[in-house]
Amino acid sequence: MLDLINVSYDTQIPNNVGLSQDKKVLKALEKWHPGYINWWNDLIPQNFQQSMVYLRTAVSVDPKGWAKFDYVKMPEYRWGVLLAPQVENRTIPCGEHYGQPAWQEVPGEYRNLLKRLIVIQGDTEPASVEQQRLLALTAPSLYDMRNLFQVNVEEGRHLWAMVYLLHKYFGRDGREEADDLLRRQSGSEEAPRMLGAFNEETPDWLSFFMFTYFTDRDGKMQLESLAQSGFDPLSRTCRFMLTEEAHHMFVGETGVGRTIERTCQVMKENGIDDPFDVDRIRGLGVIDLPLIQKKLNLHYTLSLDLFGQEVSTNAANAFNAGIKGRYMEARITDDHQLQSDTYVVWDLVDGKAVQKEVPALTAINMRLRDDYTKDAAGGVGRWNKIIEKHGIDFELKLPHEAFHRKIGVFANLPFDPEGKVVTGAEYDKGLPEWLPTHADGDYIQSLMKPCYEAGQYARWIAPPKVGIDNKPGDFEYVKLHMA
Amino acid sequence: MTHRIDFQTDPSRYRHWRVEYDGEIANLYMDVDEQGGLFPGYELKLNSYDLGVDIELADVVQRMRFEHPEVKVVVMQSAKDRVFCAGANIRMLGGASHAHKVNFCKFTNETRNTFEAAEADSGQKYIAAVKGACAGGGYELALACNYILLTNDSSSSVALPEVPLLAVLPGTGGLTRVTDKRKVRRDLADVFCSVEEGVKGQRAVDWRLVDEIAPNSKFDEVVQERAREFAAASAKPSNLTGIELTPLDRRFAEDGSLTYSAVEVSIDRAGGRATLTITGPSDPAPASVAELQWQGAQAWILRAARELDDAILHLRLNERQIGTLVFQTQGDPTAVLAHEALLLANRDHWLANEILHYWKRVLKRVDMTSRSLVAIVEHGSCFAGPLAELLWAVDRSYMMLDEFEGDNRPLAAVTLSEGNFGPYPMGNDLTRLQTRFLGAPETVDTLRGHVGKALEAAEAEELGLVTYAYDDIDWEDEVRIFLEERASFSPDAMTGMEANLRFAGPETMETRIFGRLTAWQNWIFQRPNAVGPDGALQRYGTGVRGDYNMERV
Ligand SMILES: [Fe+2]
Ligand SMILES: [Fe+2]
Repeated sequence: MLDLINVSYDTQIPNNVGLSQDKKVLKALEKWHPGYINWWNDLIPQNFQQSMVYLRTAVSVDPKGWAKFDYVKMPEYRWGVLLAPQVENRTIPCGEHYGQPAWQEVPGEYRNLLKRLIVIQGDTEPASVEQQRLLALTAPSLYDMRNLFQVNVEEGRHLWAMVYLLHKYFGRDGREEADDLLRRQSGSEEAPRMLGAFNEETPDWLSFFMFTYFTDRDGKMQLESLAQSGFDPLSRTCRFMLTEEAHHMFVGETGVGRTIERTCQVMKENGIDDPFDVDRIRGLGVIDLPLIQKKLNLHYTLSLDLFGQEVSTNAANAFNAGIKGRYMEARITDDHQLQSDTYVVWDLVDGKAVQKEVPALTAINMRLRDDYTKDAAGGVGRWNKIIEKHGIDFELKLPHEAFHRKIGVFANLPFDPEGKVVTGAEYDKGLPEWLPTHADGDYIQSLMKPCYEAGQYARWIAPPKVGIDNKPGDFEYVKLHMA
Repeated sequence: MTHRIDFQTDPSRYRHWRVEYDGEIANLYMDVDEQGGLFPGYELKLNSYDLGVDIELADVVQRMRFEHPEVKVVVMQSAKDRVFCAGANIRMLGGASHAHKVNFCKFTNETRNTFEAAEADSGQKYIAAVKGACAGGGYELALACNYILLTNDSSSSVALPEVPLLAVLPGTGGLTRVTDKRKVRRDLADVFCSVEEGVKGQRAVDWRLVDEIAPNSKFDEVVQERAREFAAASAKPSNLTGIELTPLDRRFAEDGSLTYSAVEVSIDRAGGRATLTITGPSDPAPASVAELQWQGAQAWILRAARELDDAILHLRLNERQIGTLVFQTQGDPTAVLAHEALLLANRDHWLANEILHYWKRVLKRVDMTSRSLVAIVEHGSCFAGPLAELLWAVDRSYMMLDEFEGDNRPLAAVTLSEGNFGPYPMGNDLTRLQTRFLGAPETVDTLRGHVGKALEAAEAEELGLVTYAYDDIDWEDEVRIFLEERASFSPDAMTGMEANLRFAGPETMETRIFGRLTAWQNWIFQRPNAVGPDGALQRYGTGVRGDYNMERV
């Protein structure tokens, strides 16, 4: 355990922000830290807390320091405060202050806007750990368990990163918000997490992989746009977080990919060509491809909702203020102010989904969501390659953005995954083919049996091609503490 | 600065007024110099006035109190034939910017309130002796007097012709005083305010528009007779000797910063704010009222009030881009309390009484200032007694908590005095503390138990005396960010929000004038029906009426 009374902040908290000299942040962090440790300890079952996990720790931002691998007990993980190196003479990349020197201090005018964005981002970080807290009990392998914990501790570090900004730049309000980040709990009735999608439990490992692939990718896109912030400390923080986020995407993509791989292998071994021969496939203890499509439909559409309304004045304000940019803002060749540009978004006209032009400034959310969809399509293509390689006639697809939405113009309307309006009856009938049913959930649950032998994998998932840190196949990624 | 409007003047410089002192009676003559306008482009005909005329009147009223405490009755009259006063100059109004009009009206309102209160505060009763046309702002001058005499020459009348003639309101208290002070029946008031020519003779008395009419041939005699009667009936002691209001010690720097003896105003143009720092007394309090009178205008407690008053007026009129006023103090709070204590202990002494009333007026001037007001309570400050009132006049206050590194000044404290529980009421007739704790009146009683105690930040915040207390670590950021945020909001929305939040509690004639009447007038001042190219103000004097858009809004 950390020695809470004598925490040496410069060694136990890797940082490149001169923490030991920063009286203000130190004082705030000293008050916040015990609450964080309590939060962590109450979260994940104790036997995992006491286990030695082969984790990567970032101790500095240079290539040598950002990935140090070693065994560590999670409560002793060294959560750091690391910002990407300062870019000299950086300017505000968008909006009405375009081209002015980036802010090193919070501009009073935008204090509340900035604080809100940081709090929302910060709220998602611990939320996902809470959602995943029991997954280790059903880990399909020590390798996967280690990946889960790696994602968890890094989400914890992302929380630290946001708390650092709140402590450093937002005074008393910031400290209160930092405390509230620990007070809210995923799924709590008293004080739930801010965004709906973060209050759903992650019930099984396929959900976890889908979550890290689709929902973490929303997080990635938000970080990408905050990395373009004119408030330099936020930009630098997010840029460093993105390096870790890439690993979370990797866990998601390979997790789903390995599940598909295993299904295809087992189908082939047993001479099944029809991917819709669900009963037989399930009889063999693997997850049928149509169910994977349904899970994909669910997680993709939930994640789309996280982008908010199609036309948003909040997003327009944040962009215009220079607080939040677009994906790869610097690579876009326009005036970065968008005072008179337009952008094409989906809208609902006479009950049909149609595309129309709206002022680009108000379509900032949609543009980011479109970028997200493009980004998400890449992995889907690679999954299809696996299926193709096995000679199975099945293609995974991202559903139309009108399908299964709770937010925006298409919210709660009967669109099918192709984006076609259907009747209520057709919708009811189609639903079990489009989204996971309770029975599907039961089936997946039945597969969730732990597999804690080094080098062994649950039947429904294939082993990875390469180990973490190039470790051999039988490497013991987690030395379980079995008290 | 193009043209600085100066609120300091003295009798040797008057162009529009003159006073003849006759023992306990002062005859105040309005004799406006047509060529004496503050700005080019208009002539002050028919005793019409602009801000310059009003600055002189304010000076007359102020000196009447401090320099001539022997005066018990002031007779306000015209030195011109057949006209008492034609009101605010229309061409001046037509040519002035909206902001100038608004500031002009606010200042004239404050001046009217000041001489209206002179009877109650200082035992100086103002009589309006109306001969000739008394229209609009002219009648509003009379309305603010304590007694109105009108000559019955079958042509002299009192009138509020603004609505029919100019499509604006009698905005210097006119509409409000007709109903709230003169208590004219509302339908008669409606008639009165809709007819250009006004009301004369007996009807003016019957409708309560004036107190008395007198035959023209005997008018001057009756006026002097009334003046003598009122003086004789006055409870005020006789044969008081005044003090001289010597010129202020005031220096302007290149950048517009201002230095007085006890007040300093520094200007941050980029930040859109001015910091007013009041320095506490360096000398011990006068030992007696005799010593106070001997010190006269040099006494710290009077000097500081005059300087603060002038600074506020200067910032209002001449620094309109400065949206935030930051109040600070430095000095020994116990010394401030000692200086105030002498006044509180001698309220029956005319000068002690005058200075307390003057602080009341200055603090009201702060309340009425349409800028974001903030108090910064630093270590070494002296927010005590009258200066503590500033904490509750402002929109927000920030106080230093605990020791600051490298700062060895005494810890910031707020110190209450008995003065905070009565002598400086706001326009709503409540003290600032009563207004602040409208929902928890018992808090005011609790606070009274803390009189004289230096309340440091944690306690001051706990008691609700300041908005936020911040320590060394948070202080700089919190204050900076607040000021930056404030400077980013729309000044119109700020003015509106602040004016609404500042005056909780009951309405008085004063709050109705500054709230209801002024707000409506300022709205009308923005409307094309009044100020548009074909509006009534622009067309005034052309013989053509204003062209009105008949849509009711
Ligand atoms: Fe994260
Ligand atoms: Fe993540």
